[in-house]
Amino acid sequence: MSELLIKNGFVFDPLQGIKGDRMDIGIKDGKIVETSALENPKTIDAAGMTVMAGGVDIHSHVVGPKVNIGRLFRPEDKLFKSPHKSPTCSRMEMGSSVPSTFKTGYDYARMGYVFVNEAAMPPLHSPHVHEEIRDTPIIDNAAMPVFGNNWFTLEYLKNNEIENNAAYTAWLLRATRGFGIKVVNPGGSEAWGWGLNCVHIHDPVPYFDITPARIIKGLIETNEHLGLPHSMHLHCNNLGNPGNYTDTLESLRLAEGYTPKNNFGREQVMHVTHLQFHAYGGDSWGNVESRSKDIMDYVNAHDNITVDMGQVTLDETTTMTADGPFEHHLRALNNLKWANVDVELETAAGVVPYIYSPKVKVCTIQWAVGLELALFSKDLMRTFVTTDHPNAGPFTRYPQVITWLMSRAARDETMKTFKWLDRTIESTSIDSIDRELTLYEIAQMTRAGPAKALGISNIYGGLAPGMDADVAVYPLNPEDMPSDPAAIEKAFARCAWLVKDGVVTVKDGEIVAEPAKRTIWVDVKVPDNAQVQRDIYEHFLRHYSVKLDNYSLFEEHLHNPRVIEVNAAQ
Amino acid sequence: MQHNEVIRSMKTVTLTLTNPSELLLEGQSITPDNFAGKKAAEIATLDVWEGKQKGPLGKYFTVAGDGGATAADTRIILRGDCTRVKRIGQQMTAGEIIIEGNADMYIGGWMKGGKIHVKGNVDSFCGIGMEGGELIVDGNAKHHVGASPRGEWRGMKGGLIRVAGSVGNDTATFINGGTIIIGGDADIHVSTHGEGGTVVIKGDARGRVGGQMVKGDIYVYGTIENPLPGFKMVGEVEQEVDGETALFAHYIGDLGERHPISRGKTVYANLYTRI
Repeated sequence: MSELLIKNGFVFDPLQGIKGDRMDIGIKDGKIVETSALENPKTIDAAGMTVMAGGVDIHSHVVGPKVNIGRLFRPEDKLFKSPHKSPTCSRMEMGSSVPSTFKTGYDYARMGYVFVNEAAMPPLHSPHVHEEIRDTPIIDNAAMPVFGNNWFTLEYLKNNEIENNAAYTAWLLRATRGFGIKVVNPGGSEAWGWGLNCVHIHDPVPYFDITPARIIKGLIETNEHLGLPHSMHLHCNNLGNPGNYTDTLESLRLAEGYTPKNNFGREQVMHVTHLQFHAYGGDSWGNVESRSKDIMDYVNAHDNITVDMGQVTLDETTTMTADGPFEHHLRALNNLKWANVDVELETAAGVVPYIYSPKVKVCTIQWAVGLELALFSKDLMRTFVTTDHPNAGPFTRYPQVITWLMSRAARDETMKTFKWLDRTIESTSIDSIDRELTLYEIAQMTRAGPAKALGISNIYGGLAPGMDADVAVYPLNPEDMPSDPAAIEKAFARCAWLVKDGVVTVKDGEIVAEPAKRTIWVDVKVPDNAQVQRDIYEHFLRHYSVKLDNYSLFEEHLHNPRVIEVNAAQ
Repeated sequence: MQHNEVIRSMKTVTLTLTNPSELLLEGQSITPDNFAGKKAAEIATLDVWEGKQKGPLGKYFTVAGDGGATAADTRIILRGDCTRVKRIGQQMTAGEIIIEGNADMYIGGWMKGGKIHVKGNVDSFCGIGMEGGELIVDGNAKHHVGASPRGEWRGMKGGLIRVAGSVGNDTATFINGGTIIIGGDADIHVSTHGEGGTVVIKGDARGRVGGQMVKGDIYVYGTIENPLPGFKMVGEVEQEVDGETALFAHYIGDLGERHPISRGKTVYANLYTRI
């Protein structure tokens, strides 16, 4: 394979502590190498530009059945919003808040991203998830099956059978070719089967009689028992409601006393996702206020927790989550169309379009809360950029989010458009924060940090020799940063170069190649467990509508796998 | 709006369909906005799509006359059989289009201003997503007249659609504002999910009139073959509609749907049937 030399760029690599040094990056056979190992490389001139590892997204809904429901039931999301086919891309691109698989891959690549973790895979529908992964070009994908409302999990954890739950988890990760343990509104989505919810972490789940708190702790224990690359990945109970920050703090406290056990360099035991939706004070929509300070004070003081933002981008978008009761609640608020699904024994899901308007006070408060979380963070290796795509906004708005984080002027500019500016300022801290994040901190939040939290920082998120040759070059000069924030946004929206696996994939913001993408999954060896084998057999015999033989993913669904092996058998 | 003053300075572009397409022709470039400021020869080079193939407008039409300086100064006359030409006047903001005969689907779709006069019939989706302006059809129209585009909950916002003949089903779905006047009959589904605006049917309506309607008005001069149970008669009123005053039975509904409260009073959709 060819050799590449990315010359003279300002390199930001938090995994190696490189803070904008002028360096050359050598690439050979799809891997980063010492420049001395190159013989006759092609050269990319990155002088006056910012060089980072390819971006890593820890939480995004890009593939699978609920994403596809979003595509199907929102034809208006495509009308007049789909670009003409780019002459340099092999496929058409469609959609805006829920883009087609092809547009998803292209747009992530144009922003310099190479790895995207699908945030919620319904285990029963894993073939669909993997088929869409195959059809999403360029970017490597992993997908986390949801466990927080799974009947097996609820039964094992109620009886405190961590070892059995671990054996089941290992089986399900293999059956679905999944990456890690996702937990969505633990207990609440199962309660939704009874038309109920678990709003607080001590509300018992109907029939199963286990609390969300017990589910969360049990899944942390399971995760560390297995030593998975990623930690338990939590969407807390009581999402999106005024006053929910107390429930969030209680959920965060559940991680106390647990330490990570893994061989992947991961340092947290709990990743709390789209924290913005979980940091509200007040007791009604009339007096809702930001509690980001309380939340981040706790997160800053506890380094076994990582978080991502879930930043509201003030767009028309499509919400979709395995938090079924929440989507029902949302449709009652905005009276728009609603899709609702039960996935037998495992989970639920809902989809509702939503407009985050700068004219609506709650929306502009939400906008402030998300940014505050990042700006109050003392450790940006534990605080990541997401929009919980597409829930708080489409991922294509990351460049705007980065710009808001890097520029007080950009925030002020946006705030000028708020109808309820005074009320927003009163109810949040955003106006009192002058902090502007640096390019190094952005590199922490968008590649190094997420890669480390996912336990894949030996492959992705950095530029050390031996790692995948995924390199993004942005047309931004750190020594001469533009005074106009719009220029920062433009630079992050369309990278000058993206090299993926050593292949020049994007040039001047346009896709020029579509290198093979991969599916990353975690294969865990556990001791034989006859009890769990029998439980699986029994549940499929009695409760599932599919046969066990037809449940596990067939090999032909799995596209270009990259297996991370974990041995939990000793 | 600005008609009387502008008409004097209007320039006319006449398109004559001399070489009809084999497939349906996608004519969204035929708008005063696209023709304004262009000479006849330039207009003939505008793109139209036939299936997946793009060709110049001049391949199908002979073009006579230049566009005006602005869209408002431009009048387009279409001659020949345009029964298979779609999307004429789509997204137009001003000016005038006169179609001498029939036209296909999506005539005046998403129009914001100006006027379209079709002297024959149109197919489905005329005036969908309309925000303003005037669309006059002398003949009949098929389905989805003045409806919202598929999936869209923000339907017709303003403007006037007048169909002298009859219309198909799904008229005015999700209507939010503006007026639709049908001279003849309407098939099923009128103003479904409506949240404003006015629909007048001077003939009969088959049924499902005002289903899931939240706000807005419907007038039916003839009979409703299958009225919905979600509408309740509340009295008789005299109303002026389209320049004439008449006595109507007044129903409110759809009682199965949510209804906003304004100044302490619940707002319903109104259905008036002529007595």
